[in-house]
Amino acid sequence: MNPEKPLLPKSPTGIQGLDEITGGGLPTGRPTLVCGDAGCGKTLLAMEFLVRGATRFNEPGVFMAFEETGAELAQNVASLGFDLDALIAAGRLVVDYVYIERSEIEETGEFDLEGLFVRLGYAIDSIGARRVVLDTVETLFAGLPNPLILRAELRRLFRWLKDRGVTAIITGERGAGSLTRQGLEEYVSDCVIVLDHRVKDLISTRRLRVVKYRGSTHGTNEYPFVIDSDGIAVLPITSLGLGHSASTERVSSGIPRLDAMLAGAGFYRGSSILVSGTAGTGKTSLAGHFAAAACGRGERVLFFAFEESPSQIVRNLGSVGIDLAPWVAKGLLRFLAARPTVAGLELHLTTMHKAILEFRPHIVIIDPLNSFISAGNEIEVKAMLLRLLDFLKMSQITGFFTKLTAGGSALEHTDAAISSLIDSWLVLLAIESGGERNRAFSILKSRGMAHSNQTREFLLTAQGVELRDVYVGPGGVLTGSARLTQEAQDAAAQLARRHEIAHGQRELEHRRATLEAQIASLRNEFAIQEADTLAAVERHQAREAQLDQERADMAASRKADAPGTDGGQS
Amino acid sequence: MNTPPTGTQTETDQDPPDIWTLRLYVAGQTPKSITAFGNLKRICEEHLQGRYQIEVIDLLEHPQLARGDQILAIPTLVRRLPEPVRKIIGDLSNTERVLIGLDLLPRASARSATDVN
Repeated sequence: MNPEKPLLPKSPTGIQGLDEITGGGLPTGRPTLVCGDAGCGKTLLAMEFLVRGATRFNEPGVFMAFEETGAELAQNVASLGFDLDALIAAGRLVVDYVYIERSEIEETGEFDLEGLFVRLGYAIDSIGARRVVLDTVETLFAGLPNPLILRAELRRLFRWLKDRGVTAIITGERGAGSLTRQGLEEYVSDCVIVLDHRVKDLISTRRLRVVKYRGSTHGTNEYPFVIDSDGIAVLPITSLGLGHSASTERVSSGIPRLDAMLAGAGFYRGSSILVSGTAGTGKTSLAGHFAAAACGRGERVLFFAFEESPSQIVRNLGSVGIDLAPWVAKGLLRFLAARPTVAGLELHLTTMHKAILEFRPHIVIIDPLNSFISAGNEIEVKAMLLRLLDFLKMSQITGFFTKLTAGGSALEHTDAAISSLIDSWLVLLAIESGGERNRAFSILKSRGMAHSNQTREFLLTAQGVELRDVYVGPGGVLTGSARLTQEAQDAAAQLARRHEIAHGQRELEHRRATLEAQIASLRNEFAIQEADTLAAVERHQAREAQLDQERADMAASRKADAPGTDGGQS
Repeated sequence: MNTPPTGTQTETDQDPPDIWTLRLYVAGQTPKSITAFGNLKRICEEHLQGRYQIEVIDLLEHPQLARGDQILAIPTLVRRLPEPVRKIIGDLSNTERVLIGLDLLPRASARSATDVN
């Protein structure tokens, strides 16, 4: 049954989580002692071992009951969905109730328990049983005289069980100072499991511990376990079940700006989202947006409220423009509200598990997570969340959790325990400055997407959540009125700068115009002078030509001998 | 030999039935079961002469009867009649205890017998 080479053959119990802790189940063909206080679930564990054996592993079983009759047992485990009568009728199970009444028995000499052996042997043979439960064999000590004989006989019984090769569970009541009242652990030494039902801070939690497992490694911690409608489930099935498929489908957060920050499309379907922040930073409002958006897409949302009543949430979210009432009426949104302290973690988990299975939501919201921390210690809460998250992921349900960060502590501090479980982590924080508290928002992480690294101002308006850019300048990050003031100042300065530029440009323009006018007038002047000068030159040339003509005419009239005597004139 | 105890018996049991039905459960012919049967035979002869029936049941032959009759210890003697049913375990070597268990001796002396032990 084990993929790795099994040194010791093991019989799977079929109990969720227990097989993981024990590395495959209980030692095959050997007795295992299950002990614990009254009401801690010994009988149920033993019975589930038999029922699973009979139904899943083809190993019929014998239940020898010393405390309850067959009918009582059948009734008690019917709530876990075990139908003993059907199994008995099918020859997969024998329930033998051993009736012992001390007052009806007179001891008159030496005796042994051969009758018990015969009885058990007959029951085993009648159905070919591979599994045996003795619940609770210590009752013999109250019912029969002579403990010395009983001890010897029990020792013989356990050896006999081994010889028969049946895998057995022997239950024992916890005694003072020892695991069992009669010290059964001395005889049954192959595997010892201790169950515990502890009350801490008024809240009870069941725990299981494998004290000893000869010839095998095993988880040695105390593991919380629950008894729910599917039987026993031991909690930390840590990361063993990391086989869930990852969806690439995105779901909108209900806030466009936030979707934009999440690489433009929102969260992944089936991822786990954590919103942490100090009191009054708007965690529930974010949850409300997410819920409303999902309902708007026609998806079902299951909202676990651990601090406010459903009507209070609907009213409060209505005040910021998120109207959930129609979705509740349509049956798309269901609230489940309970005080965390009303029950132990195991029971909460059971209730949530059942509700999720029944409602089959697309999205589960838990508001807030840390109510549980008051109900149990951090490790237990983590174990519980781990199981819940695994369950949600397996079912491709998107989980949205809010978490209140205690004022004064570092943002990531208390969340460290669960941060590794979270895919997208949004942080809301209050920035106090200038006599105001303003909200700021950023994405701490979001696996598998290029998310924005920007801080945004987070505004709760009558139309819902609004994300605004924060003012980042030399004066630091400014929000609220400070941001508005700074923005106004910026605008004024900008306006002034614009005016200045325009003014300069106009001046330049003017000067250019002036210059060009001057150039034009100079050109005009020059043109006039040029024209004048040319005219004068012309005049002088015309005059000279005229003088020449006149001189020639004169010479002609005086009959001058030669034109060359012209020079005689000079 | 049997007169005085019979007298005692008639005094304690006001209305004794005609026949006592006794069943002795054993598992094979072990020394304990042989002793038990011998003891039973002797006591009956002494106290219930002619008024008893002994049925010996070997559980190795009839294992299903162990469950039906709620037998754990071997040997077990069951007084089926007269009512109420009484169970006596052990090899019946302590005669006084056997008599008390069968209501052939008053319970009061049972206490003193236990105390002495």
